[in-house]
Amino acid sequence: MMMIECPICNEKRPELEFRYAGEAHIARPENPSALSDDEWAKYLFIRNNPRGTHFERWVHAHGCAKFFNAVRDTVSDKFVMTYKCGEQRPSPETIAERSS
Amino acid sequence: MIRYSARSLFANALSGHKNWPEQWPDAQPKSAYDVVIVGAGGHGLGAAYYLASKYGITNVAVIEKGWLGGGNTGRNTTIIRSNYLYDESARLYDHAVDLWDGLSQELNYNVMFSKRGVLMLAHNVHDVQSFQRHIHANRLNGVDNKWMTPEECKAFCPPLDISSAKRYPVMGGALQQRAGVARHDSVAWGYARAAAKLGVDIIQNCAVTGVRRGADGAVEGVETEKGFIGAKKIGVSAAGNSSIIMNMAGLDFPLESYPLQALVSEPVKPIFPCVVMSNSVHAYISQSDKGELVIGAGTDQYVSYSQRGALHIVEHTLAAICEIFPIFKRMRMLRSWGGVVDVTPDRSCILGRTPVPGLYVNCGWGTGGFKATPGAADLLAYTIAKDEPHPINAPFTLERFTTGRLIDEAAAAAVAH
Ligand SMILES: Cc1cc2nc3c(=O)[nH]c(=O)nc-3n(C[C@H](O)[C@H](O)[C@H](O)COP(=O)(O)OP(=O)(O)OC[C@H]3O[C@@H](n4cnc5c(N)ncnc54)[C@H](O)[C@@H]3O)c2cc1C
Ligand SMILES: [Zn+2]
Repeated sequence: MMMIECPICNEKRPELEFRYAGEAHIARPENPSALSDDEWAKYLFIRNNPRGTHFERWVHAHGCAKFFNAVRDTVSDKFVMTYKCGEQRPSPETIAERSS
Repeated sequence: MIRYSARSLFANALSGHKNWPEQWPDAQPKSAYDVVIVGAGGHGLGAAYYLASKYGITNVAVIEKGWLGGGNTGRNTTIIRSNYLYDESARLYDHAVDLWDGLSQELNYNVMFSKRGVLMLAHNVHDVQSFQRHIHANRLNGVDNKWMTPEECKAFCPPLDISSAKRYPVMGGALQQRAGVARHDSVAWGYARAAAKLGVDIIQNCAVTGVRRGADGAVEGVETEKGFIGAKKIGVSAAGNSSIIMNMAGLDFPLESYPLQALVSEPVKPIFPCVVMSNSVHAYISQSDKGELVIGAGTDQYVSYSQRGALHIVEHTLAAICEIFPIFKRMRMLRSWGGVVDVTPDRSCILGRTPVPGLYVNCGWGTGGFKATPGAADLLAYTIAKDEPHPINAPFTLERFTTGRLIDEAAAAAVAH
C-alpha cells in the first residue's frame, strides 16, 4: 500500500486514510458566464492524464480532513512530494531534485 | 494459412501435432500503408480485419508496442452483456452481441462465446427500483433482460446465499440470458490470424512515439521504434494509452487512466454456471472452462499507468464474494494482475473522427470494452473506410463534451465491466 505524507499533519500514513480528489491546479473560472463552450469543456472534462509527473489533490479523510496537493509519478506510483493547497506548483527543477 | 477443421485436426494428430504451421506471420513494417491502426488489442485487430474483409482495404498495419493481446484484451474478466440504460448504448452493445454470435465461424477460430447468462443482484430497495427501470428500458430497446425473485436467482445460480439475515441480502436480480463470457486471448488471436490472412501486417514490439502531420494538418504517418511509417489514415485503439497518442497529434482528450485488477482462484470442478455481478458490494464472478473462479475487482482511486493496483482493492472484492458466496470462503487465489483502463467523464466510449484529418479514435471503453470488441472493431473500420461515423457510433463523438450531449452511463450503470 502506498504511504502518503500529509503536509498538514506532517506524517506519513497509509493510503487507506486518504481519498484521491483528481487533478490539481484546475482553477474554477472567475467569470463563468463569460466562458465559451470550448472553455467549459476544457475546465470540466479535459485532463492531463500524463505518463509521468502528475499534480493531484488528496484529502486526508481519516486524519485532519484537509485537502492538499501531491506530485506523483504515474508510471512508478511513487510520491515525489506533497504540499499545501494555495502553494505554487513545484518547478520541474524541484521535482527532478526530489525524485533523484 | 491452413483452415482449421476436424480434418486438419485429424491429419495433424497422425504426425503427433508436431507439424502445425505458425498461426500468423510476424511482420516487419513497410514504408507506408493506406491505414495504420495503433494498438493490437481485440478492438484494433478486429478493425484491421473488418477493413480488409468488408471494405477491401488490405494495405493495413496494426502496430503494437508489446505483444498482441497483451493489453486489456488479455487482462479482462470477459463479461459480455448489452443491458445498458441509454438508447445509444443499448444499440452499441447489442450490435456487438449480435456479432459475437457468429464470430467463431466467421474467423475459423473458437472464441468460446458462451451465453451462460449474466445475473445482476439487487441488495436494497434502490437497487430493485433502478434494476426494474433498467429492465423496462432494455425491453423497449429490444434488449433481453428480466427480473428474477431471490428464489429464481438461487435456482439459476445454486452457490448463491439468499438468506435474509445477510448484511447485503439478495432482494432479486436482473438476468440477461443472452449475455455471457468468451475466451479473451482467442478473440485477439482469431482476429490477428484472420486479418493476416487477408494481407494485414501485424507489427509487434514497436511503440508509436509520434504522429506526423503535414502543413494542411492532416496525418502523414507515425513515428515508431522501428522508424517512420507513412499512413493516409490512422486509427488509434490504445485503451489506457489513448490520450498519450492523442497528445502526440496535438489533441487534449477527456480521459483519465486508472488501474483495474482481476484475479483467479485455484481451478475446481464446475460449480458456477453463470456470471454474477453485484454493483452495490462491488464484486463480479464467473468460472472459466479451466475451472478457475474469475473475479473482477474495482479501480484504484488514482490515475496510473503502472498496470498494477493495490492489495486492499482486491481484499475488498474478496470480502464481498465471501459474503454472497460463503461456499467460496476456503478457496485459494492463484494469480492477480492489473490493466490500465481509459475512463471518460460519462463512462461511454469515444468512437469516431477527430479534429485532425485522417485521425480516427476508438477509446474510453474503460472498465467495460471487452464485450464491445466485435462491435467497436466493426464501427471503427466503417468510420475509417467511409470517413464518417456509422449511425450506431455517431452519438459517441468527442464533441459531446463541448455540446453537453453526454451519454451518461456513469450515473446509469453500474460498476466495472
Ligand atoms: C481487470 C480488467 C477487467 C475487465 N473486465 C471486463 C469485462 O468483464 N467485460 C468487459 O466488457 N470489459 C472488461 N474490461 C475492459 C476491457 O478489457 C477493455 O475495455 C478492452 O479489452 C479494450 O480493448 P482494446 O483492444 O481497446 O485495448 P487493449 O487490449 O488494451 O489494446 C490496446 C493496445 O494498445 C497498445 N499500445 C498502447 N500504447 C501504444 C503505443 N504507443 N504504440 C503502440 N501500441 C500501443 C497496448 O500495448 C495494447 O496492446 C476489463 C479490463 C480490465 C483491466
Ligand atoms: Zn492530515
